[in-house]
Amino acid sequence: MKITGLSHLFKWENLHNWWLTKYFFPPLFVLCTSGDSVKVYSTRTEEWLHSLQGHTNQVTGIALNRANHLQVYSCSADGTVKLWDFIDGILIKTFIIGYPLFAIYVSEKHDGIVFLHIAMDTDSKNECFQLVAVHLPKSAEQEVEAKELSAVSSRISPNPSCTAFGREGQYIAFARHLQLNVYFFRKQKTYSFSLKATDKKGAKNAFTCIACHPADDCIATGHEDGKIRLWRNFIHTKEYTYSTQHWHHNAVNTLCFTPEGTNLLSGGIESVLVQWQYGAGNRKEFLPRLGGSILHVSTSSDGQLFCTSHSDNKITVIESSFKVCGVIQGLVKGDAVLTDLMIDPRSKALVLNGKPGHLQFYSLMRDKHLYNLDIVQQEYIYEAGLDQFEVVKAAFDINGYWLATVEERGQKSSDLEFVLKLWAYDERTQSFVLNTTITAAHTDRIISMCFSSSEETTMLVTTAEDGQFKAWCQGADADTQQDQSFWSCEFVGSYHNLKPTNCSFSADSSLLAVNFQEVITIWSPDTWELLTTLCQPPGVVRDLCFGRLSCSKYLIATTTRNLLCCWNLLTCALEWSTSVEVSKLQPDPLSENVAAFSYQSKHTDLFVFKPSEPRPLFTHKNMCSEKIHRAVFVPREEPLNNCDESSQWLNRSQLYFLTQNMDLLTFSTATEEDRMLSSSKRLVIDDSVAVTPFYLLLGKHRQQQQKLNTPSHPAADKPQQPQGSVTITELLHTPAHVLPAASVLCSMLVSSLLISNTGVRKDPLREMESSEQEMNSEKEEEHSEEEMEACDSQQELRAQGSVDEVTPKLSKAQERELKRIRKTDFSWMTGLIDSKP
Amino acid sequence: MGEFKVHRVRFFDYMPSGIRALAFNGDTERMAVARMDGSVEIFHCSDRFFQEKIIPGREQCGIEGLSWVGERLFSAGLNGGITEYDLTNQKVKYTIDAYGGPIWTITGNQQGTHLAVGCEDGTVKLFEVNEDKIQFERNLDRQKSRIVSLSWHTSGSKIAAGMMDMIQIFNVETGHSIHRMLADRGVGTSRSKECVVWSVVYLSDGTIVSGDSVGMVKLWDDQTGTLIKSHNVTKCDVLALSVSQNEDSLVAGTSEGTVVQFQFVSMVLGKDDKEWVRTRTFKNHTHDIRAVAEITTAVVSGGMDAQLVVKPLLDKIEVRSAASALRKIHFPHRRLVFCARNSGLMLFQYPGHLELWRLGESEGKGIPGSSLFVKRNPEKLLHLKVKGEDHIRCSAVSPCGEWIVYSTASSLRLYRLHCDNNNVSITKISKLPKVLSSANQLCFSSDSSHLFSASTQSSVHIVSLSQSGCKFVGTLKPKSGSHQAIHLLAASEDGEWLASANSDHEVHIYNLQTRKAHCTVPVYSSAVTAMGIHPTTNCLFMMYADQQMCEYSIEQKQYTDWSRTVQRKGLHRLWMERDTPCLNVMFNPQNPSHVILHDTYMLCIIDQSLPLPDDKTQFYNQLTLKSLTEDQRKSHSHAFKVCKTFKDILCVELISDQSLVVVERPLEDVATQLPAPIKQKKFAT
Repeated sequence: MKITGLSHLFKWENLHNWWLTKYFFPPLFVLCTSGDSVKVYSTRTEEWLHSLQGHTNQVTGIALNRANHLQVYSCSADGTVKLWDFIDGILIKTFIIGYPLFAIYVSEKHDGIVFLHIAMDTDSKNECFQLVAVHLPKSAEQEVEAKELSAVSSRISPNPSCTAFGREGQYIAFARHLQLNVYFFRKQKTYSFSLKATDKKGAKNAFTCIACHPADDCIATGHEDGKIRLWRNFIHTKEYTYSTQHWHHNAVNTLCFTPEGTNLLSGGIESVLVQWQYGAGNRKEFLPRLGGSILHVSTSSDGQLFCTSHSDNKITVIESSFKVCGVIQGLVKGDAVLTDLMIDPRSKALVLNGKPGHLQFYSLMRDKHLYNLDIVQQEYIYEAGLDQFEVVKAAFDINGYWLATVEERGQKSSDLEFVLKLWAYDERTQSFVLNTTITAAHTDRIISMCFSSSEETTMLVTTAEDGQFKAWCQGADADTQQDQSFWSCEFVGSYHNLKPTNCSFSADSSLLAVNFQEVITIWSPDTWELLTTLCQPPGVVRDLCFGRLSCSKYLIATTTRNLLCCWNLLTCALEWSTSVEVSKLQPDPLSENVAAFSYQSKHTDLFVFKPSEPRPLFTHKNMCSEKIHRAVFVPREEPLNNCDESSQWLNRSQLYFLTQNMDLLTFSTATEEDRMLSSSKRLVIDDSVAVTPFYLLLGKHRQQQQKLNTPSHPAADKPQQPQGSVTITELLHTPAHVLPAASVLCSMLVSSLLISNTGVRKDPLREMESSEQEMNSEKEEEHSEEEMEACDSQQELRAQGSVDEVTPKLSKAQERELKRIRKTDFSWMTGLIDSKP
Repeated sequence: MGEFKVHRVRFFDYMPSGIRALAFNGDTERMAVARMDGSVEIFHCSDRFFQEKIIPGREQCGIEGLSWVGERLFSAGLNGGITEYDLTNQKVKYTIDAYGGPIWTITGNQQGTHLAVGCEDGTVKLFEVNEDKIQFERNLDRQKSRIVSLSWHTSGSKIAAGMMDMIQIFNVETGHSIHRMLADRGVGTSRSKECVVWSVVYLSDGTIVSGDSVGMVKLWDDQTGTLIKSHNVTKCDVLALSVSQNEDSLVAGTSEGTVVQFQFVSMVLGKDDKEWVRTRTFKNHTHDIRAVAEITTAVVSGGMDAQLVVKPLLDKIEVRSAASALRKIHFPHRRLVFCARNSGLMLFQYPGHLELWRLGESEGKGIPGSSLFVKRNPEKLLHLKVKGEDHIRCSAVSPCGEWIVYSTASSLRLYRLHCDNNNVSITKISKLPKVLSSANQLCFSSDSSHLFSASTQSSVHIVSLSQSGCKFVGTLKPKSGSHQAIHLLAASEDGEWLASANSDHEVHIYNLQTRKAHCTVPVYSSAVTAMGIHPTTNCLFMMYADQQMCEYSIEQKQYTDWSRTVQRKGLHRLWMERDTPCLNVMFNPQNPSHVILHDTYMLCIIDQSLPLPDDKTQFYNQLTLKSLTEDQRKSHSHAFKVCKTFKDILCVELISDQSLVVVERPLEDVATQLPAPIKQKKFAT
């Protein structure tokens, strides 16, 4: 068993996805770093193709190999530079540098040399970086040590966007704080230009990014106050000159020239991509409302596509006509996750804060962002330092019919505003619709809320800092006399004017536990009678939950004084208690298990236990170094059958947790790992090769022939599964415009759908193989189900069309076409036909 | 430092006039500035932009263009005349009517042989420049619309003219048009408005640069007559263009108050294919920029907000110093306020009239820095309008307050003031000696018995004043030297000496008893901005435009020891970095070692008995001194005591009751009286 995160499982591109780099002549792929891997996406379908895995630490930079446009260099904090064939996802070479690397640059003029950022002094706190040129040795070995380092400059900013190569790699420009340096390789001379820290108007002049014009000697620099300067004549220390453009109101995060140099792209926190016409003063175009603030912009080598990466974990693909043509959205990363991690009971999607003011639904099974639910329903203004509404609490009822949210504004200032909203699931629109808005649910901030877990009546309980907890019920409003029923307050409870913090319903909703500082009160939701109080001073109760299933008679609570207590509700007595500092208590809804995250001496330990016995089932010490505040058990679609005692608790559901660094991590078992790896491998082979008509007609044909020669041909061997047919998968995964004419394909398709009735020789070994494949392909089927339907209907339409078109007379062109088709080698069809009797 | 009762005067409503045209003469480093009121000023560019000469304007004389031909200065205006100036005597030499209606532009060719003017009737008229006059030569092909701008090619054979909606290139030989280039009108509603080509510049490589009312700076090729490139500089008008002498930089002034610089830089380093690229933008004006000029190390711009801004180009400056700092010239470097020391009267000189005020009175005593109760408000006694169309060149009031004199370019008038109780009357002295026809500078002796009038050839006429009238006494002539007009006069308290300073930096001292030239102060490279003769020691104290100061003993005909010490030790860096010249030198009769100076931003008392500060000592040390004990103060104090309580000072004068008169003209007040600028959208408003 191992903790996985930031792996191929998640598109949780970290802040480091600014290394979204250039892609290639047919702008088919976009690469970005994500944790310790580089991900390859298709720009056309926005699908994740595969990851380049092999680094053992954060990948800090990627750069295309100028000599071979199908290869890419990546550098990592683990001290290696790796060369990949990114189309097939194959690691070609590893160069060991030996120092942690922070950025990589390549220049077309310097063949076999890469430029790297390394830290000058690893211990010192003030980040001091050095730009070094590394000569990559040419040897056939897989792993080579590159020891030929030569320093270019030591005045390097830690921000990798502050370094750029100039025209034809003749010079390199790098900026740090207020100084711009230009180093000419031929002359081996550095020219420095510095700006004043501030001018009279208080402008902040520090450099934030650099771009060099591809043809002219012009350097564009972005600044902290949003200015863009275009520097020219920088071979003179005095007669240099620059022009200033100002549109951004905050720091310019990124600059990029289009490959022809006709335009300059810039982006910042405003999330507006600005295109400046080069040489035409202040003529500019805007592409607004792209999402989070723009971190990086890059262009394809032919200038047809632009790509922007955003702080909310998104890549936008933009055509050169300045239209968005694709969005690659990972798990939306807001400033902070304020809500708990939740599972939507209907879609089994993970729900948490997404875009500002939204809840995002993220499918963990398919590793895909599903949609954002706009909670606040107000335009978000992308500007630093504004106080805007934020979703702080959310809760689902047990069936997923109701969603309660709390949005808040003014956490920092004294005038707090908050709104409680209740959303009903609409079957028709398949989404949540606002049902009730309660503006003054409490007089002070809502601390927690939960839905009752019973099936019949849904009830929401909220606790607030005003010392009250309220129960909300859905009831028909007599005044309006509408069919729709709205939520209203049913009961207001308090206890000795103490502040309630947590509330929890028991598994059967017969009991409600609300804790008032040190005291836990147990209420009956039917009669609103205070049944009993439980107390275990000292220490304020931090978290509480009821046991599930066989342990539902237990109530577990953690206190601030490092105590984990378990009460038996039948006897109202403390069953057991143990001294452990628990930061998060998370019960598994499908089993008796409770997970407790304990943060002690700067690292987090995980304990999984059953309330009935004080001994933990599973312990994982020193799991990570950050405090864990959010965790969730995600029910598995099909339970695993792990006999291993230590991983039994993962059989029914999977545990996900969020660190303070906003990394979403999970526990996965070894078998899962293997499956995942094999599936990704298969994907690589199937999808990443560009499917051209040539490939389809010739390459496939050859393959088929080869397969024919070998008697054990899996495709021919499993006619029972027509869906699994390679041909159909091939067909459905190929863009329509590269396919041959439908008439050509039709017969092939039909024949592939025919079930052969020849006696198939059963080979036990082969059967196992095929079942393996089945499993994999099943998974894939999910992806393409909709797609297939669409395709099928299209095929039908086309077929109908061709029936109508049958006319006795053929035009000359058609005749010629027919002849041509007759001449074409259709022997590959025999491969399919042969499988028939 | 001493305590003074200060009359803080803010009722001098002086309004500087807007700048209409600039012309730079690279050989003499002089900048000619034409203002809306028709006055022309000459600034010395290498002498800290000191305003050397002022030629006052006339009513109804709108100058539209200025042009140097060699060292001769010509102007043309909407009254249809071309004027040449006599710079030696600082007056108009002659005016010739061009007979083409209002003239919009005037420009001379580089050879110095011809002047071209663009007229309202659509003609470009060529004038030949002769020794003493200019002579009409011929018209170029007449166009339909007015000629707004003109520019000669360096060869002198072609001329580019900007007019309504188009630019024409003329062959000067034939007078015919070679090319006709159409300037686009604006889009939308402005399509119906014609596009005015406000400015053209003809570069030696055949490129024509134009600035128009659409806000475009366009580059044209004169061979093909085609547009090479256009830059959208502003949403409003581009009013002025100027190219540097080596044609690698171009500046454009817009009606938004910005100056945009274009530079001729190579796009690929080390190669020769250069392009004009828009580079920097300077915003130092609030109103329209009507004129720009790129001089060797700076960009000079002026416009409706009446300030002359000198923005240094740091890439062209060898050493950064105070001389090369950004400077804004708001007020003339001449005195406009005169004080009758003994009677508490103030004379304010406006272009078209004089005002005489009596200072108010206050009572009681207050702690330093507090304001006193005003017992009697200041009172305007007199409003004296100028006869004729000329503006006042200089004026003076006698120390006793009995005599007022002013001079225009054509006449000099002397008035006698009768002031009994509240009745104020003046009588004009009718019979003036003939020599007093006009004066460059006027000054009364300290006992008000004599009037000194600076005249042509650097001579000074002495007129004695009495109850009955005035009588010409004699003329003081310098022994030798230049004949430049005198811009400063200083008479000694005892009536024995008179000092005069002229624009060639010469200072002559005359003995009034013998009416002979006494001596000449060694000529310094910078102009004298203020001087005064010490009442007790009879030393002449001079302030120079480069902030140096000298004390010259008249009796011993040599610099005093103190002055030599100053020269040897040098002045403090902060003192040298001030950017306005000192305009008045006064002496405190109660403390002979004190010299009082002022410039636009500060008032300074120099105590000659204290040690001079060196660069390590704190210059503005008033606050530190306050916190020290009596003994420590002595060791810390130095000669310069600067008071920055007052701002935008036009004049400081010490009057006989030991009180200071400080005349301020706050720039905010000036700004409120200016016409509204072009409305601009500002971010976040």
